[in-house]
Amino acid sequence: MTYIAKPRVHHPSLPKNALGLTRRDYEGSMSTLCAGCGHDSVTAAIIEAFWRLEIPPHRVAKLSGIGCSAKTPTYFLGGAHGFNAVHGRMPAIASGAAAANRELTYIGVSGDGDSLSIGLGQLCHAIRRNVDMLYVLENNGVYGLTKGQFSASAEIGSKTKRGEANRQAPIDPVLLAISLGATFVARSFSGDKAQLVPLLEAGIAHKGFALIDVISPCVTFNDHEGSTRSYQATRERDVEIVSADFVPPAEEITSSYTMGDVAHVTMHDGSMLRFRRVADGYDPTDRDAAWAYIQARQAAGEVPTGLLFVDTSVPDMHDLLETVEAPLNVLPFEELCPGAAVLDSIQARWV
Amino acid sequence: MTRPTQDRTNRFAFKIATVNGTGSASANTLLRQAIFRMGIPVSGKNLFPSNIQGLPTWYEIRVNADGHVARTPRFDLMVAMNPASYARDIAEVVSGGWVLYDSTRPLDRSLLRDDVTFLGIPFAALCAEKFAGVRERILMKNIMYVGALTALLGVELDVVRALLSETYGRKQALLDSNYTAIDVGYEHARAHLACPLPIRLERMDALADHILVDGNTAAALGCLFAGATVAAWYPITPSTSMIEAFSSFAAKYRKDPASGKRRVAILQAEDELAAAGMVLGATWNGARAFTATSGPGISLMSEFIGLAYYAEIPGVFFDVQRVGPSTGMPTRTQQGDLLSIVYASHGDTKHIALVPADPHECFTHAVAAFDLAERFQTPVFVVSDLDIGMNDWVVPRLRWDDTYRPDRGKVLDAAALERVEKFSRYLDSDGDGIPYRTLPGQSAKGAFFTRGSGHDRFGRYTEDPPAYADVMERLARKIENAAAHVPASEHIPAAAPATVGLIAIGSSRRAVIEAQARLAELGIHADFLRPCGFPFAPDVAGFIAAHDITFVVDQNRDAQLHHLLIMEAGAPREKLHSITHFGGYPLPADAVVDGVLAAVQAAAPVEPRRRIVEVHS
Repeated sequence: MTYIAKPRVHHPSLPKNALGLTRRDYEGSMSTLCAGCGHDSVTAAIIEAFWRLEIPPHRVAKLSGIGCSAKTPTYFLGGAHGFNAVHGRMPAIASGAAAANRELTYIGVSGDGDSLSIGLGQLCHAIRRNVDMLYVLENNGVYGLTKGQFSASAEIGSKTKRGEANRQAPIDPVLLAISLGATFVARSFSGDKAQLVPLLEAGIAHKGFALIDVISPCVTFNDHEGSTRSYQATRERDVEIVSADFVPPAEEITSSYTMGDVAHVTMHDGSMLRFRRVADGYDPTDRDAAWAYIQARQAAGEVPTGLLFVDTSVPDMHDLLETVEAPLNVLPFEELCPGAAVLDSIQARWV
Repeated sequence: MTRPTQDRTNRFAFKIATVNGTGSASANTLLRQAIFRMGIPVSGKNLFPSNIQGLPTWYEIRVNADGHVARTPRFDLMVAMNPASYARDIAEVVSGGWVLYDSTRPLDRSLLRDDVTFLGIPFAALCAEKFAGVRERILMKNIMYVGALTALLGVELDVVRALLSETYGRKQALLDSNYTAIDVGYEHARAHLACPLPIRLERMDALADHILVDGNTAAALGCLFAGATVAAWYPITPSTSMIEAFSSFAAKYRKDPASGKRRVAILQAEDELAAAGMVLGATWNGARAFTATSGPGISLMSEFIGLAYYAEIPGVFFDVQRVGPSTGMPTRTQQGDLLSIVYASHGDTKHIALVPADPHECFTHAVAAFDLAERFQTPVFVVSDLDIGMNDWVVPRLRWDDTYRPDRGKVLDAAALERVEKFSRYLDSDGDGIPYRTLPGQSAKGAFFTRGSGHDRFGRYTEDPPAYADVMERLARKIENAAAHVPASEHIPAAAPATVGLIAIGSSRRAVIEAQARLAELGIHADFLRPCGFPFAPDVAGFIAAHDITFVVDQNRDAQLHHLLIMEAGAPREKLHSITHFGGYPLPADAVVDGVLAAVQAAAPVEPRRRIVEVHS
């Protein structure tokens, strides 16, 4: 297997966004994942989100680590630079890239092995630095490429294909992120594109680190009876807490929600995140309450989804570093090198 | 331990033994700087423990009118201020030397030696008399021994006072205390001891246009001047001070005057793995980026280093070497990372490495490293060590050419991409082994997937053997070609035609030059070649071929440079002879002289034409 190019023929009737691009222009090469893999649905949602946001593909940098999830950036935004880093270390690459050029849009795609085991430290510190990026965690509870070992997100009692039950407590990326001070935390299900696309759009618009944990069943190694990450188990347990809708800055806000408790959060770029609290009294801007609520629902065997926490007031990495507005990678050399006269003056202290 | 017979003016070494955390570092710096201001070649080596407070620490100062200021293990004078290390400190003094000690309490008789002169000054008692606070008494005891040494060694008092006033100018009370401490020590020595000693200082004019600086500061300055905008790091001795220096330079010289914001991002990473990744993310995105670390950090960075080599991402990695393996001796020096650096990571890799000999070269090599990294699209290492990095060295003043512009290498921007029919990331279209790269954000036409997994010359994923081998062979050629671009080797020929060669790298330089001179006095003429980078420039193999025998000096146990010459310079094993020194202290000339003499005498057991009649320390 090498490289499978998709035919680049566009049907004239395909809808175009404001840039004159169709969804096909946001695709990448053909997926080589297993047929029915949840990750391919996530890829489709990512394509949809970027198309709707009208971001030129070449202004996006797409990054990943190692694993099945890490392959997926090849399958979207063929016009964007991609970076397949080493296992678990995508956040470091993303941090350095974002430091060098604050103007691009960064999307990282990771998996539960990549993020919660080998790369757990990197995930935590990217959250702590509040790197301005969308981090999609395609969570299937299993190592796919090495054929079916448990990952750190596997729940106690979940069974492998061979019937072995997991005995170790899982690491929950959502609770972890909320407790670490993450500024945007969501969870969704690869099978729920209607929910996932607006979350992705909001995560991209969010200034800071946006984590979306996407339950994305592994059809080959973790979709059997006894698995808690199968399509069936996820559908049965998925409980939407907050339904989010994303309104780009230019668009007039017309309420599509006619019932329930609707609230708005204005994003940094002027766009609007509009959400409806499906669960009574849930407030995704109250960190402590969100943590307690999610914890309680999970203890009851549910998988709470939707926009779980958001805070748009926290400074991002560049704010914390107090870097100039212009991307560092385009600063002219004359602004960087102090020159011979300054070198002499510095050395006056060393004689 | 021969008693020195000749005039010892500006030719001696002394050592100051104190307790770490008591403020002795600033006193020792003051002393060394005063000697430097007197125009006398001087070196200062700080031998400190991996500890914050309370353990023995030493500072060694050597002056030598001929410029031979490599470390020497033979001390004419010991300033013994730490009773806990009295026994070993006193034992280190050469026969005929001196021990200056705090005579507030008498020395244990068992410590006395007949062949050295003990000079007692009641420092603690004098401090108790002159200063009130406990902390001040401890601090001023250090300044007081500087005062005493000023008298004993003939340091110019005006120079010392001027330095103090420059340091504490605006803090009058502190300045007054320092003046008092200096005066008390000075006067007491003059009144009670025979000043100056036969080992004494006399103003010279050897250091015009020289500066006193440590390698980490100079390397940081090189990064600033080279235009680095992203630094990612994790604290580790002995490299930390390089980032600290870079931060303080950046705070001053990278501030946008209009907004007050910074034209730099300095990221303190969660570990060295992340630091390496941040560097690669930044350079992939078109910034100049670097990290500074030491051996353990290089180990942790190795996976990313392999990715950078294979995916052809620039990056500058400073390795300030310390003693390994493992935690080793973190505050001691060694050249132990050479092999692990040039072959860092798994699979077939080979890296460009520059090896500075002193802080001056830390500056120039830093700038060169950024150019090479971007030209060759690969990690470039600057391999310094603790001796260079953390000790102040007297080096020629740094120069900067304002016409310098960075070599950003073969990068296609959006306009250039327009002119290209199809962009292929790893295609060697110029035949120099270096493909073109593109930066994110420029144009969809330049988009490609950077990956550490198998890829072909077009940048596409592959598991096909010929396509994989094709890229790997080009990578080998690319790095080989870099041999002509690393900084030129330094040749120091013998005074007379020589059949013997000496090869050493980095901080070994001064000791080898001194050894070369001492061997010449014994009738053994040796040419000295110092390679400054890897892959080895062609003159390295030529040098070995041109000499009957070449001594290769390594500051590590396993003769890493020696083996690298065999593997990578095609050096015939039988033409090389290894000399190693690896205990953690900087290389002394003695080790080189002894190594050469032992081999020469073993090969031809005849008397050298002249014997060592006296020992210069």
